[in-house]
Amino acid sequence: MTQPVANCPNCGAKIVFRWSSSVQTVCEFCKSILVRTDVDLKKVGQVADLPPDSSPIQINTEGKYGNKAFVVVGRILYEYDQGGWNEWHVMMNDGTSAWLSDAQSEYALSASSKAQNLPAVAQVHVGQQFDWSDQRYTVSVITPAHYRGVEGELPFQYWDKTDVTFVDLRTESGKFATLDYSDPEPALYLGESVEFDDLKLKNLRSFEGW
Amino acid sequence: MSAGTPPLSGPPKPQAKALNCPKCGAAIMLRSFGQAETVVCGSCRSILDAKDPNLAILQQFEAATREVKPLIPLGTRGKLRGTDYEVIGFQRRSTRVDGITYYWHEYVLFNPYKGIRYLSEYNGHWNDITICKQLPTDEVGAANYLGETYKHFQTSDASTDFVLGEFPWQVRVGERAAVTDYVHPPRVLSGEKLDKEVTWSIGEYMYGREIWDAFKLPGAPPEATGVYGNQPSPVTTNVTGIWVAFAAFAVFLLALMAGFDMRAKKEPVLHETYQYNRAESKGETSFVTDVFELTGHTSTVEVKTYAPVSNHWIYLNYALINQDTGQAWDFGREVSYYSGYDSDGSWSEGKHNDAVVIPSVPPGHYYLRIEPEADPSLPSIPYTIDVTHDVPVFGIYGIAFLALLVPAVVISWRSYTFERSRWSESDHPPMELSNMSSSSGDDK
Repeated sequence: MTQPVANCPNCGAKIVFRWSSSVQTVCEFCKSILVRTDVDLKKVGQVADLPPDSSPIQINTEGKYGNKAFVVVGRILYEYDQGGWNEWHVMMNDGTSAWLSDAQSEYALSASSKAQNLPAVAQVHVGQQFDWSDQRYTVSVITPAHYRGVEGELPFQYWDKTDVTFVDLRTESGKFATLDYSDPEPALYLGESVEFDDLKLKNLRSFEGW
Repeated sequence: MSAGTPPLSGPPKPQAKALNCPKCGAAIMLRSFGQAETVVCGSCRSILDAKDPNLAILQQFEAATREVKPLIPLGTRGKLRGTDYEVIGFQRRSTRVDGITYYWHEYVLFNPYKGIRYLSEYNGHWNDITICKQLPTDEVGAANYLGETYKHFQTSDASTDFVLGEFPWQVRVGERAAVTDYVHPPRVLSGEKLDKEVTWSIGEYMYGREIWDAFKLPGAPPEATGVYGNQPSPVTTNVTGIWVAFAAFAVFLLALMAGFDMRAKKEPVLHETYQYNRAESKGETSFVTDVFELTGHTSTVEVKTYAPVSNHWIYLNYALINQDTGQAWDFGREVSYYSGYDSDGSWSEGKHNDAVVIPSVPPGHYYLRIEPEADPSLPSIPYTIDVTHDVPVFGIYGIAFLALLVPAVVISWRSYTFERSRWSESDHPPMELSNMSSSSGDDK
């Protein structure tokens, strides 16, 4: 695979994109947030050090979802009033990207959906039902969250966001959906909860004493 | 540097954090690498904000009763379902039903890769609990989870009254939640409603011995008392299956009996009526019958005796004798019949008939030697003897039938009494127990 290579406009370190569609990345050395333009990389911000967190996943963790292998290339860390969670941006070996969410060791894998006519945030309430991809989803929780930090490659520019509302939905069969209200136009992600063991993760973090 | 290598200055390995209580200065260990929301000081009972580097005090509580000691000390590691877990938190919760307070204990277990799971303990009954990854669906008086129906067991208010260690949520003493339990032994499905949000968890029954083994605890686990809601029945056999098997076997036995009955020749070989006269029978009373022939294979011989006695008895000493070999079968039969009236009305005892079957008699020529004895007050009586060759014998089938019936009944009864004990503790006690449903409460 050809990996686009560039240099950090801030510190000159080599920047490698592992996923060709990445729009944004963070320089591993100077923590500059870099956005790809047609010609080069532009520094648009700076990531403060991420708070210590307990996720066993890290950039470069590899795993399997069904018969597809994936590698973790980026991450968004969110906070809400009950704590924080990670959305790990994973690159599948078929070139698509997905999100592996890790909320206190509860894992779910989801991917962007093209569904149209998504409800506005003000119209959504807990218990409401929506049908997407022949599945009936029930709104389980609405979470006002705060964007805490980013790492690695992301499929969109996500450096100037602060607050965001998420609507989580579930089906009776373990499917899972998230409505993301970061942007004026809502975004829908469809996926399912996954078992840690089934992901067959490699290159995990190690914990002192474990 | 290649793309696959994380920076050398990568984050250090997360370590358990040692801090001090801002209230009393006691050492506090944070074992969950930041997964805890709250941590409780073991010395002064301050509930602290585990997310705050300064451990802001969120609540201070007085242990309402005497000290509650976890059966598994905080920090203990054990292997549960193949994964190492460390006990990081402990709470005691209680509920009041019909004026009786019931207490149970919950342990928070942590593994940095697998996350959190819980153990609960009530009166020596344990459950291994995880948060449901899927939503159960409501049914009437039941809930469905992963295609299985869980029967409603109990709905009660649970309040937290003692906490220790770390919790992945904002724990507070005094907080109340409405807990609804549905059971499908050995599993229990629990919905915990706090404010508007319902958290569903799924538990599986565990024996104290398994917990003690998993955590290598010294001594013996506390004896489990009573029957717990999702405790698996000791009757592991499927009761319905037993009755199906029993019915199948009974049908088989009946077919076998019918088959043998049809095959039996039931051939009459002797039919004689004799007269017993006391006057004539001074001294030797025995005589022999005519010779009859038993043909075919070795089989049974039935000797029937009929005497129209009334408030008397007659006793016949029989010998079936093989004329060819001299082999003899000796047996005595009594025919007696008594009846009358007393204060309870009419009564009767005994019969006019008697029948006996001699098994395995080889073919040959036979005669009977008969020596009658009778009631001294009986002057004279006729009696009839019928000898039939090759009759079916059903006694063995009766024994087989009982041998099958008894275990089926015993198992059904044990299952029934166990289920009755289980449901007597629920919101749906069996009818006859509904007035005393909480008589076996635990009020420690």
